[in-house]
Order: sequence, then C-alpha cells, then structure tokens
Amino acid sequence: MLSVSAKKRRGAFLLDAQFDLPTPGVVALFGRSGSGKTTLVNVIAGLLQADSGRVALDDRVLLDTASRLHVPPEKRRIGYVFQDARLFPHLRVEANLRYALKRAAVAPFVGMDRVVELLDLEALMGRRTHQLSGGERQRVAIGRALLSQPSLLLLDEPLASLDASRREEVLPYLESLRDQLAIPMVYVSHDFDEVLRLATYLVLMEAGKTIAQGNLSEMGLHPKVRAIIGADSVGAIVEGTVLGTDSSSALTRVQVGRGELKVQCGKAAPGTRLRVQLLARDLIVAIEPPRHLSVRNSLPGVITSVTDDVHDSDLIAIDIGGGILIMARVTKAATDELGLAAGKPVWTLVKTASLRPHVI
Amino acid sequence: MMWLSANESEALNLSLSVAARSLLLSLPLALGLAWLLTRKQFFGRTMLDAVVHLPLVLPPVVVGYILLLLFGARGPIGGWLERVFGIELIFTRNGAALATAVMSFPLMVRAMRISLENVDRGLEDAARTLGAGAFDRFASITFPLMLPGVLAGAITAFSAALGEFGAVITFVSNIPGETRTLPLALYTALQTPGGDSEAARLAILSCALGLAGLLLSEWFARRVRRMLGR
Repeated sequence: MLSVSAKKRRGAFLLDAQFDLPTPGVVALFGRSGSGKTTLVNVIAGLLQADSGRVALDDRVLLDTASRLHVPPEKRRIGYVFQDARLFPHLRVEANLRYALKRAAVAPFVGMDRVVELLDLEALMGRRTHQLSGGERQRVAIGRALLSQPSLLLLDEPLASLDASRREEVLPYLESLRDQLAIPMVYVSHDFDEVLRLATYLVLMEAGKTIAQGNLSEMGLHPKVRAIIGADSVGAIVEGTVLGTDSSSALTRVQVGRGELKVQCGKAAPGTRLRVQLLARDLIVAIEPPRHLSVRNSLPGVITSVTDDVHDSDLIAIDIGGGILIMARVTKAATDELGLAAGKPVWTLVKTASLRPHVI
Repeated sequence: MMWLSANESEALNLSLSVAARSLLLSLPLALGLAWLLTRKQFFGRTMLDAVVHLPLVLPPVVVGYILLLLFGARGPIGGWLERVFGIELIFTRNGAALATAVMSFPLMVRAMRISLENVDRGLEDAARTLGAGAFDRFASITFPLMLPGVLAGAITAFSAALGEFGAVITFVSNIPGETRTLPLALYTALQTPGGDSEAARLAILSCALGLAGLLLSEWFARRVRRMLGR
C-alpha cells in the first residue's frame, strides 16, 4: 500500500493531496496541467519538501512531518522518470544505465540484461544521449529508473513531449513493464488514453487538490473526469473476460455484465481480462431487441438515470448487470420519442469497429 | 631550448613553474568559492563576491603591497606560515605564485561560476533519485559537466599567470632565478643597455605562449561541446 498525504503552499498555489494505492498497481494522477500533479510527485520523491504530510510505502515511512522524519530522495528507493528524460549528457546510454545499477541500495531484482531486453535497448547501448530520438530517450530513462531497483516508480508525463507515433512506440513497453514487474507505479498524465491503457486506479486532481479517486472503471464516469477528457471521449470503461474466439469471424467474444461484446483483439486466450472503452457517442439505444442490423453487439440493461449533456442531448446511464454502468449519448428528441427514463429496460448497440480493447 | 640564452630559458622555466604552482593553489579554492557564490545564499555573499573581483580593478602594485603587508616576514599570515610550517613567501617563487594566483583568481572564479550556472539542476535531481549522495552527485554529474568551463578557466588563468608583472615585482622583487619571470626579465632587459634584442625575443616568446594558451582553451571547449552534442 502506498499512502500519501501532503500539504504544500507555493505562493497562491496550495497542494492538498491525499490518496492510497493498493500495491502492486498503477495509479494514474490525472488532471489538467497546473493542477499540481508534478508537485505532488516531487513531494513523493522527496525532491520537494512538504509543509506537512506523510508518505509511506508498505511499512516504510518516507516522510512524516509530525515526527520530523524526512528520508532524503537518494535513500527512498523511488525511481523517477521525468518528462524530459534527464539522461546524463556526458555519459553514453550504457553508462547512464550502469550509473543507476551501481548505486542501487539492494541486491538487484531487475538486472541489466532484463532491462535491456524488456525495453529493447541493445542497439542503443553505445550511443551518446543526444543521438537518441525522443522515444528512445524515454525508454533509456525508464530503464535507468528500473535499474536503481526501486520499490516505487514515478512517471511524470513520460510521453507528453512525444508525438502520437512516438508515443505508440513507448506505450507497449510501459504495458509490459506493468505486467512483468510487480513494481507499484504512479503515472502522471493528462491524456486519458494513456491512463486507460496503463492504470488500474485513478486519482483526480484539480487546483492542487485530490478531489476524487477510485478504480478506473468508476472514475471514467466521474463528471469532472468527463469534463477534462471532453464530450467526444466520454464513456464507460468496462472490464470483461474473454470467452473465446469466434471461428467464423475471428472476433474475440468478451463477457461483460450479462451481455457479450465481440472485439478485434488478435490473440487473447480465454479467461484473459480485457478493458474496453465504450464511448457515449458511439452507443445506440433500442427499446426492443434489435434484429436485421449489421451491428454485432447488443447489451441488455436497465436505465438508471438520464442527465442533461452538451449539444441538446442527454446522457443515459444504463446498468448492464454485474454492477457495470455504461453511458450512451442520445438527442433529447430521441429521449422523448422512446420514453427513455430510469427503470426502463433497453438494449445498447455498439459497432465492433468502434471498440478498442486493452489487455489488463 | 637552443635559440634561447641561459637567462631567457631560466625566465621561461621559472614562469612556467610559478604559473603551475599558482594554478595548483587557486584551482581548488576557486572551485569551492564558485560553488559557494552560485549555490549558497548567506550573509556577506555580495561582499565576498566583490572582494574576489577586487584584483581585476585594483592596480597590481596595490595587490602586491597588500600581500607584502599580510604575507611579509612580519605580516600576520606570513609570520605565522613561517613559524608553523617554515614556509617563506617573500622573495621566493612560492611568493610569486601566490601573487599571480591572487591576480588571476577572479578570471578563474568567473569561468567556473558561468559553467556551474549552466549545469542543469534537474540532472542532479535525477542522480539523487538514483541514489547518489551529495558528494557523489558533485563528482559524477556536476563536476564533469562543468569541466569545460573549469579547464578553459584554468588555461586562461595559467596564461595570465605567466604574464603577471606588477603584483609579483612589488611582493617578491626581481631576483634572477627565483622571482624573475618572463615579464620581469623583459623589463630588466629593457633597462639594460644593449638588451633590445633580448627584450624582443622575450616579447615574442610571451606572445607565443599567450596565443597557444588561448587556442588550446578554445580547441578544448569545442571538443567538449561536440562530445555533449551542443
């Protein structure tokens, strides 16, 4: 368990944060820029002194202002991947990696070979840091942080300075890191797609405060999260289990709530847990079981609420069983015509082509 | 060297020896002071900064005179050094080294401060999160990154030390073989009837040394910049 509470005043800005992360796990610190995410991460790392607060990782207390305990950053065993990589320019890639390994406080549980393989660094080892692309720099920075044998890994918008294709080049490495090493991670981001792919838990920050936190699937529906990610990206994140592959269509069948979704997800074995984002704008609501449609997915459920949304439309929340809520956006005209209201049974339709599944 | 007279090569060797000693003395001090002035906030910082830079604006004779008062045989520091360590400064090459060190000190501190200010503190933070303590960080990150500035400063200070005249002649006089460095030998030659050609040769030698120093420092700075990809 990583538990953090911290207060820090900086001029007019007040950081007032509190969260607990079950470990191992990936917590996303999510919020607009300027909401205090980096400040909070610096307090956890110890690079910034909190006015008051407590940081503890499992049974190691790293900061406790009440008892004047402040473990210096170099003794915290917290790996930090900075937004700007911060590779040492006078050292080659390999020497940058060795720098961390040499100073590790514990017997290595992630060795050089493992890191080089995990992040695909072999070809980069002899390079000077200025000869690396943005994505390569971040991979080296991640490797370097790992080799310090951290008990916690902080990643401060590691992909923010990269363009979309470079981002896609680094993300899979972060995913395999999460899956293969049981190091708890705090991932700072304002990009919900990244959060969706990496995090299990989300802490929402606004104006220096942690205003909400919870599992990713709950937090995806939080109004403030919706406001940040924008109307087009609003939607539920549902988790399901792979049932098998449809032999005729090569689509993967995923059990979600009481229904079933067919998604394009090449290789997932039965039993694999998947996360699928159902965007509100992509969903269609029907009041009777649909027939004669090209749509492959139809989830039965019951409406739990109807709320005003942007552009003369309503956001319909639907319980699809197993406590899973999804959101569909429909025009107000449709709400009236179909008599959509809480308690009404409906069928939710979504095209397979608009679903992007991620293995958890 | 064959084309130099015995007097001239003596002056050259002495100059090099004095400049080297001066560098040995001032390098660590300048590094410490540059660190203090760049990274630390303390009472009297501006005053200390001004005192360090004083030799730049004072007539060298004044610096030599002050050294004479402080480090002379009966001066408060000079007397103590002689009693405790048996170090004699007055009329010795060590004294000449002290005088040139004081004169070139501001040049060195300046160069080091600029290079220290250019070191990205973020890199030190990164080293910190990787487990590097304060001294380790300085030795493994900060110092290597400021090395171009340190070396450029050292080369400039060395070249300037070769040519220091006023402070040296005031503090340790003009003793052949002990304190008569290149500029002092040049001055002596000019005062001696028929010393014109010797003076000219010494002047050319001084120019060559100074030029070599400046070129070396520039070459080195460029090399390091290329290594760091800037």
